[in-house]
Amino acid sequence: MSPILIAEQVLNGLQFGVMLFLMAAGLTLIFGVMGLINLAHGSLYMIGAFAAAAVAGATGSFLLALGAALVAAALAGAIVELVVIRRLYDKDHLDQVLATFALILIFSEGTRWLFGSFPLYLDIPDWLSGPVTLPGGIQYPLYRLALICVGLLVALGLWLLITRTRVGIRIRAGENDREMIAALGVDIGKLYTLVFALGAGLAGLAGALVGAIQSVQVGMGEPVLILAFVVIVIGGIGSIKGALVGALLVGLTDTLGGIFLPELFKLFTDDAAGATATGSAFASMAIYILMAAVLVWRPTGLYGAKA
Amino acid sequence: MNREAMLNAAVLLALVAVPGWALWAGEPFTITLATRAVIFALAAVGLNIALGLGGMVSLGHAVYFGVGGYAMGILAWHAQSYTPLVEALAIPGTKSMPVIWLVAVISSALAALVIGVLALRTSGVYFIMITLAFGQMVYFFAISWPAYGGEDGLSIYVRNGFPGLNTLVPVQFYGLCLMVLLAVLALNWRLARSPFGLALNAARQVPQRVETVGLDPTRVKLVALVISGAVTGLAGALFADLNRFVSTTMLSWQMSGEIMVFVIIGGVGRLFGPVVGAGLYVILEHFLGDLSDYWQVFLGLILLAVVLFGRGGLVGIVAGRARTHG
Repeated sequence: MSPILIAEQVLNGLQFGVMLFLMAAGLTLIFGVMGLINLAHGSLYMIGAFAAAAVAGATGSFLLALGAALVAAALAGAIVELVVIRRLYDKDHLDQVLATFALILIFSEGTRWLFGSFPLYLDIPDWLSGPVTLPGGIQYPLYRLALICVGLLVALGLWLLITRTRVGIRIRAGENDREMIAALGVDIGKLYTLVFALGAGLAGLAGALVGAIQSVQVGMGEPVLILAFVVIVIGGIGSIKGALVGALLVGLTDTLGGIFLPELFKLFTDDAAGATATGSAFASMAIYILMAAVLVWRPTGLYGAKA
Repeated sequence: MNREAMLNAAVLLALVAVPGWALWAGEPFTITLATRAVIFALAAVGLNIALGLGGMVSLGHAVYFGVGGYAMGILAWHAQSYTPLVEALAIPGTKSMPVIWLVAVISSALAALVIGVLALRTSGVYFIMITLAFGQMVYFFAISWPAYGGEDGLSIYVRNGFPGLNTLVPVQFYGLCLMVLLAVLALNWRLARSPFGLALNAARQVPQRVETVGLDPTRVKLVALVISGAVTGLAGALFADLNRFVSTTMLSWQMSGEIMVFVIIGGVGRLFGPVVGAGLYVILEHFLGDLSDYWQVFLGLILLAVVLFGRGGLVGIVAGRARTHG
């Protein structure tokens, strides 16, 4: 196994990780500020991807498509927050799980109704396609490299938003004591809608960005949602930093596990095909085993508040 | 008799009367539909033990349902292909339901034990996300493990046998499933009133008090989760036998969501809640499914309405608020 291959896989893991971060950041913010578990976050990811595919199909512009994804998902998020989610804040988690599960059914089947069951395709624009040569002679697709950059930029932007702006101060205050900031005259309802729309927009952006390397179809959001949950469990609920570290850990573990575990199993047996099968079966479990290990070591996650 | 008891009696009567009505009205397919409802009800009764009595919001019960299903699939597949289950010990597969049930119950209980030990280190939202995540882990493992069909699943040609019955006759298989459901409901009723059930109830409400009297609330919950998983696993074995097919769909997160939906639309913590919920789901699926391919949109709207306006599910709407637990 050459160093170049390993470097490529590390980059793939990073790319997967930063996209997971976009999902997990919204989820963890929403949980941290509003105390809400949102299963429908995957639907917002899907809405972003579909909006991007539709706009790209109509206009041919990738940047317009990305903008549409962000706006459509944020708008859908704001509407859902105003109509449904708002009524769930003071209910228990069971009700939240059920109501947001109901939203998944509505969004998924509604999208199937509108767009049909066949996957749509979103093309990578010309100016982002093709490989680039990185230092060390590594050939890597430009688009995936761009994804890593976008993800890291969003992480930086979020960090600035939360630590340096007035909205950020309010969000942090909302996490600590919502009654108090409401008493200080902050319109908490508006703040909640804003946070939810922000999380939704990030999910929509991730859906559109990933939609260009995979297909855009109904049900694409939920597997990513569950991975984002794993990220949050590892990173600690409510922590953006935890979400970033967790997302990168999960991205790298999944990608590298898929490559190295089959190789590892081959060392112990002569049966190469069997080892590959066993290795990939275990590789599909690697991130969950990582999650279990973190749970045993630190039940509230790497950066979670001590319970 | 209070209203809940009257509702329960009516549901029981309807379950017993369905096959007679179906044969009289010349709609034998209704029996298969009713069998599906009874098996879903059994799976949901299992979840209700964890959710209603123990307050554990497990979004990963498809694991136990699927493990039960695969227990049936693997044993019957080895029996029909005349290959030994364990090569070294020459243990054969089997087509006998009682043996399959035993294996399904033990293996799903073990799965619940392992997941429970890890997931119960946390609570609240963490517990929900972790059970969901472990569900996904088992799902992906089943897909990528090629020995038993992987994504294609396993087909079993002939339904497994039960001593003294011809399980290929729909009415007889329905009767068998109904008996299992009633036995488990009786067990559930006894369990809720036993010292263990009371401790579990207390562990859900005020874990500190349970600790004060010298019990370990986490251990009480773990035992409840294991029982819960075992019941859902038994339902999984029956479901696989109903379809004579088992696939990773039984392990998917949607399945977990559906089992939870059965419990909630029926009524959490009510003895017959899961039965009512599963029945209603199968009826909706059948009739709305005829009306529109996108019937789940309407299911979603109904669910939203139940959560936002109708606390306590259907049983709650009919019978009013639950008595204080006891």
